[in-house]
Amino acid sequence: MTKEKRQILIFLFFAAAVLATPLFLKGSYFLNVLVFIGINTMLAVALNLLLGYAGQISLGHAAFFGLGAYISGILTTRFAIDPWQAMGLAGFCSAGLAFVIGFPILKLKGHYLAMATLGFGIIMYITFNETVGWTGGPSGLSGIPNLHIGSLIFDNDWNNYYLIWIFTLGVMLLSINLSQSRIGRALRAIHDSEVAARVMGVNARVLKVQIFTVSALLSAIAGSLYAHTMTFISPVAFGFNFSVELVTMVIIGGLGSIYGSFLGAAILTMLPELLRVFKDFDIVLYGLMLILITMYMPGGLISGLSMLAKFVASKIRGKQSNA
Amino acid sequence: MDNSSQLAQYILSGLSNGAIYALIGFGFAIIHNATGIINFAQGEFVMLGGMLTIFFLVFLQLPLVPAIALAITLATVVGIVFERLAIRPLKNAKPLSLIIITIGASIFLRGAAMLIWGKDTHALPPFSGNDPLYIAGATILPQHLWIFGISILIIILNKAFFNFTITGKAMRACAYNSYAASLVGIDVKIMVLLSFVISAAIGSMAGIIIAPLTMTSYDVGIMLGLKGFIAVIIGGMSSGLGTVLGGLLLGLLESLGAGYISASYKDAIAFIILLLILFVRPEGLFKKKETQRV
Amino acid sequence: MLRLDGINKIFGGLTALEDVSLSVTKGSITGIIGPNGAGKTTLFNIVTGLYTQTSGQVYLGEKNISLLAAEALASLGLVRTFQNIELFGQMTVLENVMVGLHTKSKSGIFSCAFKLPGQIREEKYIKEKALHWLEFTGLAELADQTAGSLPFGKGRLLEISRALAVEPQIILMDEPAAGLNSRETIELAGLIRRIKELGITVVLVEHDMELVMDICESIIVLNLGRKLAEGTPREIQENQAVIAAYLGES
Repeated sequence: MTKEKRQILIFLFFAAAVLATPLFLKGSYFLNVLVFIGINTMLAVALNLLLGYAGQISLGHAAFFGLGAYISGILTTRFAIDPWQAMGLAGFCSAGLAFVIGFPILKLKGHYLAMATLGFGIIMYITFNETVGWTGGPSGLSGIPNLHIGSLIFDNDWNNYYLIWIFTLGVMLLSINLSQSRIGRALRAIHDSEVAARVMGVNARVLKVQIFTVSALLSAIAGSLYAHTMTFISPVAFGFNFSVELVTMVIIGGLGSIYGSFLGAAILTMLPELLRVFKDFDIVLYGLMLILITMYMPGGLISGLSMLAKFVASKIRGKQSNA
Repeated sequence: MDNSSQLAQYILSGLSNGAIYALIGFGFAIIHNATGIINFAQGEFVMLGGMLTIFFLVFLQLPLVPAIALAITLATVVGIVFERLAIRPLKNAKPLSLIIITIGASIFLRGAAMLIWGKDTHALPPFSGNDPLYIAGATILPQHLWIFGISILIIILNKAFFNFTITGKAMRACAYNSYAASLVGIDVKIMVLLSFVISAAIGSMAGIIIAPLTMTSYDVGIMLGLKGFIAVIIGGMSSGLGTVLGGLLLGLLESLGAGYISASYKDAIAFIILLLILFVRPEGLFKKKETQRV
Repeated sequence: MLRLDGINKIFGGLTALEDVSLSVTKGSITGIIGPNGAGKTTLFNIVTGLYTQTSGQVYLGEKNISLLAAEALASLGLVRTFQNIELFGQMTVLENVMVGLHTKSKSGIFSCAFKLPGQIREEKYIKEKALHWLEFTGLAELADQTAGSLPFGKGRLLEISRALAVEPQIILMDEPAAGLNSRETIELAGLIRRIKELGITVVLVEHDMELVMDICESIIVLNLGRKLAEGTPREIQENQAVIAAYLGES
């Protein structure tokens, strides 16, 4: 079986599992958690395009998530614009902002890029907090309408699960396609050796900005979905801590791995649930995870799992040839 | 308060904040010059200074000076442990990995502080009381004098160390060319460790002297660290005059901006300055443009 | 094919190149030699757009490429390999060569993400071409190996395959024989001759004199940033100034 066919098969299997899961979880609280895992997966995949493929660090990605959420929220609550149109506008505006700041910001490298994106994120967060007239400030924005298609309203866990996950599966599929394409190769080339990529004709500067824009667009759409699902948003969800959480998801899942992003998102979304008794340990654990994974398993958990799978497979093959 | 004394007050608070930013900036510069990395966790040393001092003062009922000395020592130990466990093994790792690790360490230290001391803000009592002096219409508290005095002392000691002691010169040699430095017998590993020691010490001291004025809590490290970073960027990543000017400039712009434009956007001003500098003149305002040798 | 006119490069206080002018005949194999520090790699970096010259012009055919950035040159037919091979270590051997076809393809983010029919066709084309170039250099069996795991000699060949995928008019090789053993060097010579047969102009910077004298039709000697001599291998071997430069260096 060719590599491409195998990839498609894996994706179909994954999608089938995702779409079938609610049937086994009717009315369970866990469905709600899975909705959040869906949104976080979408965000982690969007960030992975930038961080994993192109190798550019962003510590302010929550800003685009928040921008999407707030634009959708404001347009639908204060201007009674149709939620789907608002989502389109939210995506468009975020992409536009990313495109504009992308050129100067992506000229920076390494730590300077990290700090600049951090600064950008904080500026956006302060804006969300202070423009009380628009955003409701720290008290948040409520009364955001649910999305609907005709008479189907997305206002409960079941409907929301499918809404979110269809988007997320779509984003995952597009990202998988992108990674195996000319563009994906060019991005990974920039990551491995920008100088050689340039000599091969890859316009690194423009491509980095393009992928940054796409990443911002997807994050904003996730934000919009989040706003319409939660019907209430506040700046707390869009600050530095969440930006760091997103980076942690991508890193522990595995840089450059789409399924790794799902894994990372799933773990970090469930961690507060699992550690409910030890809620305060979450920050310490994020820090520890980042350090340990980067030091001992730089390919993330997905690489650890695949090594484990290979090990088990070789043991089985060993037993078969001995038998 | 009339206009001129208001202005004087803004200038005063701007300068005293600026002095702190400059000290934190030194910490960034010293580690960066010795190792090439930006220590994201620098702000946490600052936080630890204040928090540990309060801990020793309140919990162990120690007098002020021993509490401070112990706090700085402990913060420095944390710096050493961090360097040994997380930095040294990864000297040859990808830059991205090093960034992630220092971010991870910063988060870890913040989380640990939260676990140990909770989320409350704490006040460190001022070193020598609260009787204000009135100069040019501004209310100067004794703590302000401590801040300026100690800052100047640290700046002088810093300059003296790097310019007049063998160890200091050795560290500068490492910063220029660590391979050549090792060839002449300088132990680069020790220099790297020393850079963390000095940065942690200065950082924690900065945190201690500002704490009586601005309260301290488990998460002050982020903002202070970032502003210290802005100061050192303005100053061209130097551990000298450039960063001092950078810090003071930042403090003043922030204070005046908060006073005359908008108090709630105070932090945003600092980050807009950061973005402007990084976009337009990343080598800083006070450094001559170097030509690159190959 | 390639012409340099009065190239100067000054770094701070150091003059790396001084008034270097040379020209390379189309379809030839030209060698650039000189003692260490003569400025050979600096010259390459300027020609390939990675450095900007302090003054002087570079012409590719009729076109003045003096101010063009590196990424513009591949589509004009100029490509290079690096002294310390710059492979895309995390990607497979095949994928490395496929990146060489970047300028021969044009699917953008949208068509790649949505796998439009045009992109699927183009991808097939890219893969076939890449395999062709791997066969040309004898690396076809290693197509699915990770580039970073290749032994040095094979890594060199991979870099050359990748450069050939650009279907350039001219290929600049920076010390291609460095780190190769004698057998590999002989194979390299054969490969370079086959590249010439494709009509591609080859310019190499080299230290391996046997290789240079063996395959180069024309040799340019640089010393201390200046052009010292230019001519056929025989002429260069007999040039007193060149001999002095090399002997005087040790």
